[in-house]
Amino acid sequence: MGRNDMSEQANSQIQAASPSFETEVDILTIEHPLREAARMFARNKAAVGGLILLVGILILTLVVPFFYTVDPFDLVWAPLSPPGTENAPFGTDYLGRDILAGIVHGGSATLAVGASAALLAVVIGLSVGSLAGYYGGWVDEVLMRITEFFQVLPTLLFAMVIVALFRPSVATVAFAIGVVSWTAVARLARSEFLRIRSLDYIKAARSISSSNRRIIWLVILPNAMPPLVVQATLAVGGAILFEAGLSFLGLSDPNVMSWGFMIGSSRDYLMDAWWTVTIPGIFIFLTVLSVSLIGDGLNDATNPKLRER
Amino acid sequence: MTEETLLSIENLKVHFPLKTRGFSAPKSFVHAVDGIDLKIAKGKTFGIVGESGSGKTTTALAVMRLVPITSGAITLGDQRLDRLEGEELRRARRHMQIIFQDPYSSLNPRVRAGAIVREPMDLMDVGEKSEREDLVAELFRQVGLRPEQQALFPHQFSGGQRQRIGVARALASQPDLVVCDEPVSALDVAIQAQIINLLRKLQAELGLTYLFISHDLGVVQYICDDIAVMYLGKIVEMGDRISLFKEPLHPYTWALLSAVPSADPALRDRADRIRLQGDPPSPIDPPPGCGFASRCPFSQALCTMEAPQLRTIRTGHSVACHFVSDDGVPPQRKI
Repeated sequence: MGRNDMSEQANSQIQAASPSFETEVDILTIEHPLREAARMFARNKAAVGGLILLVGILILTLVVPFFYTVDPFDLVWAPLSPPGTENAPFGTDYLGRDILAGIVHGGSATLAVGASAALLAVVIGLSVGSLAGYYGGWVDEVLMRITEFFQVLPTLLFAMVIVALFRPSVATVAFAIGVVSWTAVARLARSEFLRIRSLDYIKAARSISSSNRRIIWLVILPNAMPPLVVQATLAVGGAILFEAGLSFLGLSDPNVMSWGFMIGSSRDYLMDAWWTVTIPGIFIFLTVLSVSLIGDGLNDATNPKLRER
Repeated sequence: MTEETLLSIENLKVHFPLKTRGFSAPKSFVHAVDGIDLKIAKGKTFGIVGESGSGKTTTALAVMRLVPITSGAITLGDQRLDRLEGEELRRARRHMQIIFQDPYSSLNPRVRAGAIVREPMDLMDVGEKSEREDLVAELFRQVGLRPEQQALFPHQFSGGQRQRIGVARALASQPDLVVCDEPVSALDVAIQAQIINLLRKLQAELGLTYLFISHDLGVVQYICDDIAVMYLGKIVEMGDRISLFKEPLHPYTWALLSAVPSADPALRDRADRIRLQGDPPSPIDPPPGCGFASRCPFSQALCTMEAPQLRTIRTGHSVACHFVSDDGVPPQRKI
């Protein structure tokens, strides 16, 4: 058959042409996916910068307190002393409390609230969004109505109500922030699951008898990760800012120093003593920035499509 | 026929409910597949052709139990596929596998090629655990890839190579039936020939049975033993390759054949070409009569009232048209 000959010919031509391309591919060292991701991450300057910054902040808030033992609630010097004052390198606030001590000892509360609130938001949002997106139908209908209910609540007011109902503490503040901020994660997870669910490799997974659980966790979730990782890191930043906002309004544990609490308690003195709010503000900014940079880097490093060929 | 039947489909219907608001029961359905019968002999290739929306892919997915079946029977070997659920269905999936149209969306981008091919073995208990590594390497060789390429991710392969991975995955569970859902439609012509020849080679080596879905008549003529032409969820003509291509009986088959582009002016300007106008009727409320009546140049009052049944004209060739005579004369154009 002429047709057959032609295709055989095409076949051999293509096979003859391919080796140069294929050897090129094989030069890629074959390494563990996590090592490969780590290497990709290390090549990303912004992400490494973010990681260094975050490590610095963690050392500052977790290790330095053991060496810089000034109590952040102690009155150490004249009120509203500017930075550079003896005994108070970052100055003092309106009561004469050491701002450096507040930064050093208040960071852990801020970070704890930010991380745990973001974790809660991701856990709730991912569960709701993945089930709604994967199963569709009435499951989707019910879960999305619930999501919309949380979406239309004024988040700050709702969080204030939760914190006010219980005693303000690190845990209740984290809970309140988590409960009001999971809807964005849920919507994103749902849309990703909806999109990926209809792709052929999900049909393929089903035809090789994968269970629903396997498909959700091992097939769809890894492919839905990139935008979710970014969303999660944004949620950490958002939660830290939210905590600052609640503290600013006085809704945080008055016995625990935190960066937001510092800004909130000194807000009346912004005009006279900028350092009382600016210095904790800079630390919040740096923390949120570092987490976002890391999130971006993780996204790029774990996405095989972005790796060099 | 003396051949052993591997797959038989009886009166298969797949109706999709139209999305309704809220929780009320759906009122209307898309009649994607509306009562088809066919039999595939072991070791043969059965082609289904038709235009987009004719229900050919839905048929393939129904055989794979990837879409809910409304009614009808699908029998693979001696097993009623349509009745299986849960664990039984999971076990039966070993015997039937599918190759998808688009090699770009059918491979999980996060899984390495070797793991993609190995996964069916792990999930469906093929062979001993210790043998599987060798089985995967052997499959890579069989489909024309090198075993070293197992460690690569799908995006590091070309379209044709990706489709080879798809073929290897389908063969990993050592199935009897392989459903090929337009396996070459998304590929370059030169690569199409490679994949088609690969499928033929594997069929000869492994004794596979193919259900081959395509809209490309050239490909179907090349690879299929028997062919069914689908239109609006129904089979309008079914026959062996030679009889169907040499003497098409249904006006729709005829139209399909005259729609094949040709460089030969004699073929191109043949007077008896049928050029179809318009679109098929909506499968949501299919017309009561023949589905093709609205576009058929020979349609008469009878066609819009009564649906023609598939009847056998000669051995292995049947057609659903009122105006094909019993001795196999297709409807004639009125001057």
